[in-house]
Amino acid sequence: MSQKITSYPGHEITPEDVKEGKYLDVVYKFEPKYSWAAGVAISRFLAELKEGRIIARKCMNCERILVPPRMYCEQCFRPTDEWVQIKDTGTVNTYSISHVGTDARRLKTPILVAVVDLDGATPGMGILHNLGEVEPSKIKVGMKVKAVWKSSSERQGAITDIRYFKPIGEE
Amino acid sequence: MPLRIAIVGVGYSGFDSMTPGLSTRELMFEAASRAYEDAGVDPRKDVQSFICCTEDFWEGISITDEYMPDQLGAVLKPLCTISSDGIVGLATACMHIMSGIADVAVVESHSKISDVLNPDEISSFALDPIYDHHVNADPRFVAGLEMARYLKETATKRDYCAQVAVKNKKNALLNSRGVHGANLDKDAVLNSNVASSPLTELESSKTIDGSIVFVLASARKAKKLGDHTVWINGIGWSSDTPWIEDRDLAKAAYAEQSASRAYKMAGVRNPATFFDLAEVDDTYSYKELQSLEALKLAAKGKAGKMVESGTFDRDGQLPVNASGGSLGVGHLLEATGLHKMLEAVLQLRGQAGRLQIPRAKKAVVQSWRGIPTATGAVAVLGN
Repeated sequence: MSQKITSYPGHEITPEDVKEGKYLDVVYKFEPKYSWAAGVAISRFLAELKEGRIIARKCMNCERILVPPRMYCEQCFRPTDEWVQIKDTGTVNTYSISHVGTDARRLKTPILVAVVDLDGATPGMGILHNLGEVEPSKIKVGMKVKAVWKSSSERQGAITDIRYFKPIGEE
Repeated sequence: MPLRIAIVGVGYSGFDSMTPGLSTRELMFEAASRAYEDAGVDPRKDVQSFICCTEDFWEGISITDEYMPDQLGAVLKPLCTISSDGIVGLATACMHIMSGIADVAVVESHSKISDVLNPDEISSFALDPIYDHHVNADPRFVAGLEMARYLKETATKRDYCAQVAVKNKKNALLNSRGVHGANLDKDAVLNSNVASSPLTELESSKTIDGSIVFVLASARKAKKLGDHTVWINGIGWSSDTPWIEDRDLAKAAYAEQSASRAYKMAGVRNPATFFDLAEVDDTYSYKELQSLEALKLAAKGKAGKMVESGTFDRDGQLPVNASGGSLGVGHLLEATGLHKMLEAVLQLRGQAGRLQIPRAKKAVVQSWRGIPTATGAVAVLGN
């Protein structure tokens, strides 16, 4: 609605109408279940996260160090060649402060989402994760950050073994 | 003039009940690498169009097309996904080539069914949500309904269907891709557990994992690519109404339509005597009989008797599913059509190993999208 338009043509359906069964629908909860095979590259990546490390794959043809790791180079279309340990520090490539949850409600505590270019990987490659221990207003593109890990007993070989990335001072 | 699109490369991976060591994408990379090597093409330079045939619910990821480029060498290249059987993907590739958009086009399809923990939930979810979804049974009840109507209308003997399973599972024993090969007799098939009557478990194909990649090219381009070209001379596809209650359950009308278009394109006048081999839908035993009649490879109601008498055996007058088909090899979801195409291409190249049919020059291939669909496709091949 706007200043010019105060009502739309037709009959508006109210929540009461639906409750009273004036309009028929069919409700079904679809429950497919999956167990995705992570594959060679991501399995190793997850196993390394459990140890508190981040691993990448190197393509000897284009010399890029790829993270997330993959067994093939999508640019050269050839198998990648070796595993490379990279650092858990990096630079905020871009970020966004999300105020809306997955159920479309306003969030009391906003979620700080960032793409972090990881040190040791080819520039422009990294990880999509959360930021923490930082005031939203202080986040900047180009900010140096470091992973905050769960304790080794809590880690289970998942991307969430890293709690979030927090700012570190320039070295 | 018949259609003339070249198949210049094929590759595959998987063909196993489970492939837990590889992700879907790694499975695809393996198949694609082999197909490109087979064709002698570099996907980064030589291919102008990539087509994947996948269905989001089988993948367990929505907008799954977005996850296809990397492992096919298609990053920043034209790519689209078609949620239908692989032969429909081939038809789309033919159109891209005929229109001049591409000289070389790639088609991929796969099954990673081992990633899906409750596949029946997905098949059931394909039933009309308001009209049909209330039947709380294994979705193969639809196959049971079709089979019962087919048997009644064509007066086909029940055990002829079992013979289809016997034949195909036996053929698959000679096929390195044949996961479900077995040496059984009709009694074993008939006495296996009833899935949904009259259909038994051994008359139902079982799903397997695999990825298949085809490289297609224009006739002009094909001259420069290898010396084992197989030609697509006709192709057709068709969908019947989704109302199970309203379509003719006794016959595969979609296959009849698809075949008549493909035959017209290829100039096939007498299909029953034209082909050296056929790979047709055998998702369920009776489906092979229905399909053979729809494709006019058998007269209406006669397919069962011909199976029984050995006409469609590997050394018969017209070998049908000499590969073992879906019953013997396994069912590959939307990649089923490409599997049947792969088997036919290897035959026409003379590369079918112990399955090889002597002097195989012309083949017809047909697929069905499975329950509860009434969609199928047909391709006519020559070498």
